[in-house]
Amino acid sequence: MTQEDLTITDPKMKAHGVNVFYGEKQAIKDVSIDVGTDLVTAFIGPSGCGKSTFLRSLNRMNDTVASARVTGQIELDGEDIYAPSMDVVQLRARVGMVFQKPNPFPKSIYDNVGYGPRIHGLAPSKADLDVIVERALVRAGLWDEVKDRLGESGTALSGGQQQRLCIARAIAVDPEVILMDEPCSALDPIATAKIEELIHELRGKYAIVIVTHNMQQAARVSQRTAFFHLGTLVEYGKTTDIFTNPRQERTKDYITGRYG
Amino acid sequence: MTFNAAALLLLIAGLALIGWLAGRARSSLLAGRAGAKLHSRPQYHGWYVALWLFAPAAIFLAVWSSVSPALITNQVLTSEAAESLPAFGFERGAILSDARSVAQGEQADVRLPAAAPLVKPYADASHKYAWIGIAAMLALALAGGLYAFTRIHPDFRARSRVEKIVMAVLLLASLVAILTTFGIVLSLLFESIRFFRLVSPAELLFGTTWAPTSGAPQPDTFGGIPLFWGTVLIGAIIAMIVAIPIGMMTAVYLTQYAAPAVRKWVKPLLEILAGVPTVVYGYFAALTVAPALREFAVMIGIPNASTESALAAGIVMGVMIIPFVSSMADDSINAVPQAMRDGSLALGATPNETIRQVLIPAALPGVMGGILLAVSRAIGETMIVVMAAGLSANMTANPFASVTTVTAQIVKLLTGDQEFDSAKTLAAFALGLVLFIVTLLLNIVALRIVKKYREAYE
Repeated sequence: MTQEDLTITDPKMKAHGVNVFYGEKQAIKDVSIDVGTDLVTAFIGPSGCGKSTFLRSLNRMNDTVASARVTGQIELDGEDIYAPSMDVVQLRARVGMVFQKPNPFPKSIYDNVGYGPRIHGLAPSKADLDVIVERALVRAGLWDEVKDRLGESGTALSGGQQQRLCIARAIAVDPEVILMDEPCSALDPIATAKIEELIHELRGKYAIVIVTHNMQQAARVSQRTAFFHLGTLVEYGKTTDIFTNPRQERTKDYITGRYG
Repeated sequence: MTFNAAALLLLIAGLALIGWLAGRARSSLLAGRAGAKLHSRPQYHGWYVALWLFAPAAIFLAVWSSVSPALITNQVLTSEAAESLPAFGFERGAILSDARSVAQGEQADVRLPAAAPLVKPYADASHKYAWIGIAAMLALALAGGLYAFTRIHPDFRARSRVEKIVMAVLLLASLVAILTTFGIVLSLLFESIRFFRLVSPAELLFGTTWAPTSGAPQPDTFGGIPLFWGTVLIGAIIAMIVAIPIGMMTAVYLTQYAAPAVRKWVKPLLEILAGVPTVVYGYFAALTVAPALREFAVMIGIPNASTESALAAGIVMGVMIIPFVSSMADDSINAVPQAMRDGSLALGATPNETIRQVLIPAALPGVMGGILLAVSRAIGETMIVVMAAGLSANMTANPFASVTTVTAQIVKLLTGDQEFDSAKTLAAFALGLVLFIVTLLLNIVALRIVKKYREAYE
């Protein structure tokens, strides 16, 4: 693979020669990738190919797994996120994450969204927090559905609403990057369409990286696509190129449904 | 010849073994001769014969052991020598039991001269009923064994029969505990009803003076409120003030911070703590904690500080409950999905913030259930309060004063020389009933909370 077709002049995150190990097992082998600031980047590949593992190393969520070890270089705005001087709390405030299964806290809708701003001290007063919560819910496209019941439990919402609540929760701390780990895999097609629409709207405001099993989804929402297989990055390029004119035989086999 | 149930049980077990071998051999033989395939493997036929041989005989043995002494005594009483016995009372019982001991060879000679003529009728009767019992038992065993033995056939479904019997045995085993509990409740209930005929339930539940005396019940002496207050002060207030924070912090440390190696050691150690006999905690409370607390109270100038104090009993009881609270909290925190923790950490929350603001609130219903179970244990706890809390029924909020609890009073009421039918003794059963109902309700509520909360995450 060559670099010239990746017209990313201003990468938000740069990964270089990244390896991830779980104990003895190597899950990611020598992956280098640049994530564009104004772009949606999709990671595709068959189950167990390491795409989620790589995503989780971008905000150091792998730190919570005792046996996980990351080598290589990952930079956010030119700053090494695995350097000892990097505060992981600050990093995760800048690189937010949305998970595969919606995981709202068993708190009210308001408190779910207000959780991040509160712990980071972003809202000096209740009025400020109200503004932040409203803005995040509006951006996540959930405001109109929940504005009259902000006090209700977040777990009482439907699956799709819960996932948008989780996106609102991530947006509320005003991150620079949002990582989405198969955000629609637990949702029905209508809720999925809403999330995809939301990703379109959020593009440009945040750098977005989405892991997905669904190739149509990758084609619909992303501008860049990376194809992972067996822990290696097989091909990375413009989404249109990957889907219409893949360079690698393995990519072609995967997107035409030969395996996966 | 006497009726030795244990030896007879061994005898029929031996017969059952023979039955097992015979049944197994016959089924193989029949199958071999007919060239047919057995429905059940030979050992199931063996078990079928053995069970038919053993079970009826064993049941008969159990019934016979309990009825034959009465039959023997009846026969002795019809003998000529029994006519000179005193009509009723202790003396009559003592003479009969003396004669029986000699007849059964438990003692060499009679202690009461009046028993001597009864020894022979006793021996005769024992002899007769022992033979009847043994003969009947063997007949039953053989009949059962033969019946089963004749049913053996290649097509006979011995396996399903045996499995049904095994299931019935397991069902019986599980009923034992339930039926026993039921029996305990009934016996408590009957004695309590006798008490409530003498003293009204309202007085026991709402009266404020506890000074029970022997003889006919005096008015206003069976007020349970001071006991209930003491129980609540020690078990639900002081013990929980100690156990809840320490137990919770232990659980948080073990689930969130402890290295696997530390967890591997600390958890079993805590479980050992839960297995220390309560009397040992009682010594600790009475001999170490209570005097130290009294000195402390005197030092800071608290009046009427006693060597027996609610505080000493409560603190030690709290320590005893710690493993209980921590293990329930541990389970609840572990039951909170990892996704919840990840969600919080991914927002840039520190582990500490995650625990305080997400994990503990999410685990709270389970923890509450655990705490209610702990309270129900604490208020039923006896040894510590008997040894450290004292027996004077004070209504005081001063934790350095001596108070008493329901369990301590039950012990006091039932020890020493008591007439069994006085209100004072019967009060122990009524108190026990109140305690039983309260802890039962606490357990029901707690288990419901825990169950509901488990469902929410699964």
